[in-house]
Amino acid sequence: MIQLKTVSHSYHSSHTIRFKDWNIADGSQWLLLGESGSGKTTLLHILTGILKPSAGELIMDEVSLYKLSPKALDQYRGRHIGIVFQRPHLIKSLTITENLLLAQSLAKLPEDQQRIEEVLESLDITAKKKSYPSQLSQGQLQRVSIARAVINKPSLLIADEPTSSLDDKNAQSVLELLMQQSALNQSTLVVATHDKRVKDAFTHTYELK
Amino acid sequence: MSPLKISWKSIWSKPLSSSLNLILVAFGTSILTILLLASTQINDKLSRNSKDIDLVVGAKGSPLQLILSSIYYIDFPTGNIPLKEANELAQNPWVKRAVPLALGDNYNGTRIVGTDSGFVNLYSLKVKAGKLWQQDFETNIGSAVAESQHLKVGDEFYGAHGLTGSTDIHKAHAYKVTGILEPQGNVTDNLILTNISSVWKMHDPADEKEHDHHKKNDDHRAEEPGKKTETPEIQDKEITSLLIQYRSPMSVVMFPRMVNQSTNMQAASPAMESTRLFSLIGVGVDTLQWFALLIMAIAVISVFVNLYNSLKERSYDLAIMRTLGASRSKLFLIVIAEGMMLTFAGTLTGILLGHAGLQIIGHFQESSQARLSGLLFLNSEIYLLAAGLAIGIFAAIIPAIQAYRSNISEILSKS
Repeated sequence: MIQLKTVSHSYHSSHTIRFKDWNIADGSQWLLLGESGSGKTTLLHILTGILKPSAGELIMDEVSLYKLSPKALDQYRGRHIGIVFQRPHLIKSLTITENLLLAQSLAKLPEDQQRIEEVLESLDITAKKKSYPSQLSQGQLQRVSIARAVINKPSLLIADEPTSSLDDKNAQSVLELLMQQSALNQSTLVVATHDKRVKDAFTHTYELK
Repeated sequence: MSPLKISWKSIWSKPLSSSLNLILVAFGTSILTILLLASTQINDKLSRNSKDIDLVVGAKGSPLQLILSSIYYIDFPTGNIPLKEANELAQNPWVKRAVPLALGDNYNGTRIVGTDSGFVNLYSLKVKAGKLWQQDFETNIGSAVAESQHLKVGDEFYGAHGLTGSTDIHKAHAYKVTGILEPQGNVTDNLILTNISSVWKMHDPADEKEHDHHKKNDDHRAEEPGKKTETPEIQDKEITSLLIQYRSPMSVVMFPRMVNQSTNMQAASPAMESTRLFSLIGVGVDTLQWFALLIMAIAVISVFVNLYNSLKERSYDLAIMRTLGASRSKLFLIVIAEGMMLTFAGTLTGILLGHAGLQIIGHFQESSQARLSGLLFLNSEIYLLAAGLAIGIFAAIIPAIQAYRSNISEILSKS
């Protein structure tokens, strides 16, 4: 259960963005819709625990996220929140497997090779596990970034415009993978997009105006 | 996947700029290492070889040359002094001990020194094998000579005229090795010792079959043939120099002045000349030191620019690591560790290169007396390593603070 309570944020104390309250049930799949400039990225960053809102509260599994110490918040984020970015940003100096190992160790979880194999298998990229990011195609990289987001079985999986730079076919498959993976790991899924192609797949929608 | 491993991987992901930084640090450190080792060894050799000698008396000329030839056995002697006058000086009440030296011959580049038992006492020499020389043409050889010339007790060899080269061999008499000295760690390890009359007899035309080898101006016997054949007695004999120990410190001022003013000889103080020599070398050492420090400074800037630039490229990487659960301090550590690893590896390489370099320099040095060794390790090299780490921290601190302070929300929303 994730609750957004009277959250608002202002960047330079001039223009304040208010967000309507939002209750996200465990395991539900949401679409976050909004034009650019509507505060979509701001809300996503608040949800991922990297931007403290000026006012209001974010409660995730009975934990008020922004009342945690910075260090505890970092660790909470690493363990419970998985993020898929618009562009698949992997660490270039590390192989695919090492990128996933990094996600485990930065969250202060034990390195679990078996879990890595399992995730790579389910995303069909096992063959590339020893490659470096520069050796993979854009579609493959997006799969790896999904793998990295779900490696620690997060309770919340957030995707920020995961399909906007992909063609129809790839966009469809990435969306399917996100839904499949969130179901597989019992994660709540929030996909932020202005991409009309993905609208139909979701029943719940949170719209920013 | 520890922070150190992330830093390590990051270094390897840009091999060119990393190796440039490493080479710069290593180059600077190796010059500093060579300077440190060489000046320590030279200083050490200078003081060890002259430790008990207060004054050297020899023919007029350059005092430095006199010291170099009579104490360090590296330059040519200034000329000769009459034994009679030398003996008079030796009898002076201020003098505790006077050791005569007769130089001028060599065996395969090793100097043959004619002297007396005073030399043995002066350097506290001990015989490792055989016995001390007694008769004419009996010799004791230094431990290094025994090793390099493959000589043992009972062996015979012919000396050659001059300080190097073996073209002009004295075939009239053969020297015989009667003893090998214990290693002293000073210049005596590289000498062949015999008595003075052996050296005289070696050059006595009556004994010598080849009369016609005329001697150069640096010869130990600026002889006048007519005179010598008439009276080859001790009064006309000459020696190269006299090593003197004072009876009391009072003599330091008076005695050298007396020698320089009232005799036809000169007195030179090893301590003073060594200091002068070292101050001459010192200018070069200082210049090289500044040069090495300059290179190190360039290395610091290079490591800094490298980290700073890579941080711009990596800010997104670091932000991603934050979203994966890394704390600010972990990012700080990753960047600092990268700088420290680079400079530490560079310093370590530099120290090893410095030792190897000095060993190679020593290998090609002509003079065995002043040979430098790269195998000596000094405690102060630890400071070099510490300095390497400090440089790494210094170069990485600003990028690391930036990594620590970075606003990940801002970085992520910019892309």
